[in-house]
Amino acid sequence: MITLLEARGISKRFGGLTALSDVSLTIRKGEVYGLIGPNGAGKTTFFNVLTGAYTPEEGELVFNGSELPLGQPHKVVEAGIARTFQNIRLFRDMTALENVMAGHHIRSRANPFSILLQTKHAKEEERLITERAYELLKYVGIERFADTISRNLSYGDQRRLEIARALATEPQLLALDEPAAGMNATETGKLRELVQTIRHDGVTVLLIEHDVKLVMGLCDRLAVLDFGRKIAEDVPAEVQQSEAVIAAYLGGHSTAGAKP
Amino acid sequence: METLLQQIVNGLVVGSMYALIALGYTMVYGILGLINFAHGDVLMVGALVALEAIRLLQIHAPELGLVPTLLAGLSISVVVCMILGYTIERTAYRRLRNAPRLAPLITAIGVSFLLQTIAMIIWGRNYHSFPQLLSTAPLEAIPGVFITPVQITILVVSATLMVALVVLVNKTRLGRAMRATAENHKVASLMGVDTNKIIAATFIIGSALAAVAGVMFSSNYGTAHYAMGFLPGLKAFTAAVLGGIGNLGGAMLGGLVLGLVESIGGGYIEDLSFGFFNSSYQDIFAFIILGVVLIFRPTGLLGERVADRA
Amino acid sequence: MNQLALAIPWLGKRNPAAARWVVILLAVGAPLIAVLFGKSWVRILDFAMLYVMLAIGLNLVVGFAGLLDLGYIAFYAVGAYTFAFLASPHFELHLPFWLVLPLGAVFAALAGIILGLPTLRLRGDYLAIVTLGFGEIVRIFMNNLNHPINITNGPQGINMIDPLVLFGWDISKPLKVGDEITINSLFLYYYVFLACVVLSVILVQRLQVSRVGRAWAAIRDDELAAKAIGINTRNMKLLAFSLGATFGGVAGGLFAAFQGFVSPESFSLMESIAVLTMIVFGGMGNLAGVIVGALALTALPEVLRHVAVPLQQAVFGHVLLDPEVLRMLLLSLAMIFMMLLRPSGLIPAYSRYSRPELVVGKEAGR
Repeated sequence: MITLLEARGISKRFGGLTALSDVSLTIRKGEVYGLIGPNGAGKTTFFNVLTGAYTPEEGELVFNGSELPLGQPHKVVEAGIARTFQNIRLFRDMTALENVMAGHHIRSRANPFSILLQTKHAKEEERLITERAYELLKYVGIERFADTISRNLSYGDQRRLEIARALATEPQLLALDEPAAGMNATETGKLRELVQTIRHDGVTVLLIEHDVKLVMGLCDRLAVLDFGRKIAEDVPAEVQQSEAVIAAYLGGHSTAGAKP
Repeated sequence: METLLQQIVNGLVVGSMYALIALGYTMVYGILGLINFAHGDVLMVGALVALEAIRLLQIHAPELGLVPTLLAGLSISVVVCMILGYTIERTAYRRLRNAPRLAPLITAIGVSFLLQTIAMIIWGRNYHSFPQLLSTAPLEAIPGVFITPVQITILVVSATLMVALVVLVNKTRLGRAMRATAENHKVASLMGVDTNKIIAATFIIGSALAAVAGVMFSSNYGTAHYAMGFLPGLKAFTAAVLGGIGNLGGAMLGGLVLGLVESIGGGYIEDLSFGFFNSSYQDIFAFIILGVVLIFRPTGLLGERVADRA
Repeated sequence: MNQLALAIPWLGKRNPAAARWVVILLAVGAPLIAVLFGKSWVRILDFAMLYVMLAIGLNLVVGFAGLLDLGYIAFYAVGAYTFAFLASPHFELHLPFWLVLPLGAVFAALAGIILGLPTLRLRGDYLAIVTLGFGEIVRIFMNNLNHPINITNGPQGINMIDPLVLFGWDISKPLKVGDEITINSLFLYYYVFLACVVLSVILVQRLQVSRVGRAWAAIRDDELAAKAIGINTRNMKLLAFSLGATFGGVAGGLFAAFQGFVSPESFSLMESIAVLTMIVFGGMGNLAGVIVGALALTALPEVLRHVAVPLQQAVFGHVLLDPEVLRMLLLSLAMIFMMLLRPSGLIPAYSRYSRPELVVGKEAGR
């Protein structure tokens, strides 16, 4: 197995509060990797460090064999990591298609001059971006809403659109922040299929999730955070057996897999 | 040395007026996250209403002494400005409380220009000389350093008002409700605070302070004018940012520092720039301070009180 | 163009092709209609075109990228003063306009970058105040840089600025066609300005439907999400700022040549606010709206001037509200009421940032 992302000794503090302390973990190419933990365990903080929204005090991230720039979101995307948000953040005044097209920004080259002059290259690139964006909408199954303003889409479709937009940046690692939050059982089921497809097509997935059932069923391996520390990292079956995890995460419930 | 001391005195006087206006900006910003662009123009309305009231009193009640006339004029202008402040909040800002951030700001600019236009319609474009009811004859405090009774009054009154405001915010029920609302609207209203009322109260108090500052400005410089609110407003905003917007103590400190920098800087700019710049560039200081503070220390000298709601 | 046609009530929806012709005819025929009411109306049209250009430029910054710039007129001033310095007796320089105009644009763009570099990471309302301060600083310098070395000639301004000379043809002089007809220079300026406006519209539309336009809209709608898809927000904002400034610079140069005279008075905060109001009035971020807003808010005060003044004289016997007051009243009320009642502007057509028709074999749709 090839390592895609390695986090080494990440620590992040806010004032006196330590949100992450010496967290190390390894994500392998092609897997679905879960990151779980009770509220306030530091999942989202790790996510923000990984995607460049926060700069950690200590530690480093190695992605694809080279060090990841810290605290610079656009460089992280360029390196090949895309993210979605827990509370969906679309470009509300743009159509679904345009949202995905915006996602192609980093993978397109036309500069203001070639755009103003409408050079052949710029025109061709624009056409390609439009087509690819449409393909991505199809991929996540919402191509019939291509021309709908994104804020008018249903909740589940907005989630899908956000994933399509993230995929448009052509990532090697797709990081999903609680994608099933607020979804009903049917929608969650469809989401699970989508994640499987994405993984099948060669994109590694990092999943932060509250829905333990989803995580256990979907992830190849997962890590558990508690109070900013990693307390377990293994395949789901092993993690379910871990004493520390049961104590910290599942609290009083002794039956593993129960929803917190 | 005398020149420097003189400039410090002038700077403190101007600075205490800036501080008074800055308090209005900072209170509204603390609670709504809105730069109340029209605040400077409330000051202008305060000055012109006082001017009008004093003129009328002098005609119809000439037997009233100088100080009572001034006090009456001031009271009338304070009341008018309180009503004005409430009206602005109620009609122009309240509906936009949850709108995208630029919307209330653009509305505020509109209100500012509307007030100026209305003032222009009522009072014309000319500078009006403001009745000097307190003596402006300079007293020699220390040899070579002069201060006028008007300036002494300005210092005393603004110090008193600032202390009163701090007591109000920290020691009263209203103040507690204001702080709660600034912290978090939703939670405050869940705790039984009528946030609409509190926000209105904030505008009313801020406008009253602006009215007082307006009368001070006009008394100090002896003029009033429909556009007189713009520069003091902008500078007071600078003062609020300099001190740390949303922070009452910061607004006061910021006002004084800005007043001093302007006064001292304006006095020495010609020497410092080898005669290239003169005191007509004095107004630039505020803008430069504003830019530098925002870029290098956006939380101001004392730190921003409220969380960034952007 | 299409957007403008669609904005025509009734006809726009029924017959877009006809509406398009109406727009073209109106644009070309406007001065001929205007002159029926007097030559001063052609002059007003000329100014309207300059305002349209300014509004298009400011819209790039405010409407597309969502950056509130309250000192935009400073870039107009940079363009105008560049023209005045390089093509007037003031410094005894008379460079040709095809050199001076681009220089003005470059200087304005540079000013935009200088202002933008340190300030663009500020959040919206702070940025507004800092840009306002910048506008005032530029004005203070224009007013005072006549001492100790006379650079700007202070409040008196610079006059006798060279007119536009296109290929040896001075368009400030009436054009003789045959023996009978002469075309007044006001008309000539109109068509030159119109050409500039059309070019601006084409260029801005190209930017809008491109990765750049989408990046701006993304930043405007959600800056954090824009960063999360890899947009270098600082560079993109800087681009919006400097391109917007470029439009201001070009308009400023044209203004200087047209007017033959520049002074700090023309570049007051009120003018920045006026251009902003035009955008707000017509519809932020949408080109048709911005153009209609600029035309309406340039024309309306003039109409009021010609209607309200005689009317007041007839009714009250004297003028209560002079034209300048009316203009301010109109602008401030427009700003407040548009924001309260119709925040998407007069023409709330939403803007496109893509051409979905580029997709071949797209089955379902619309």
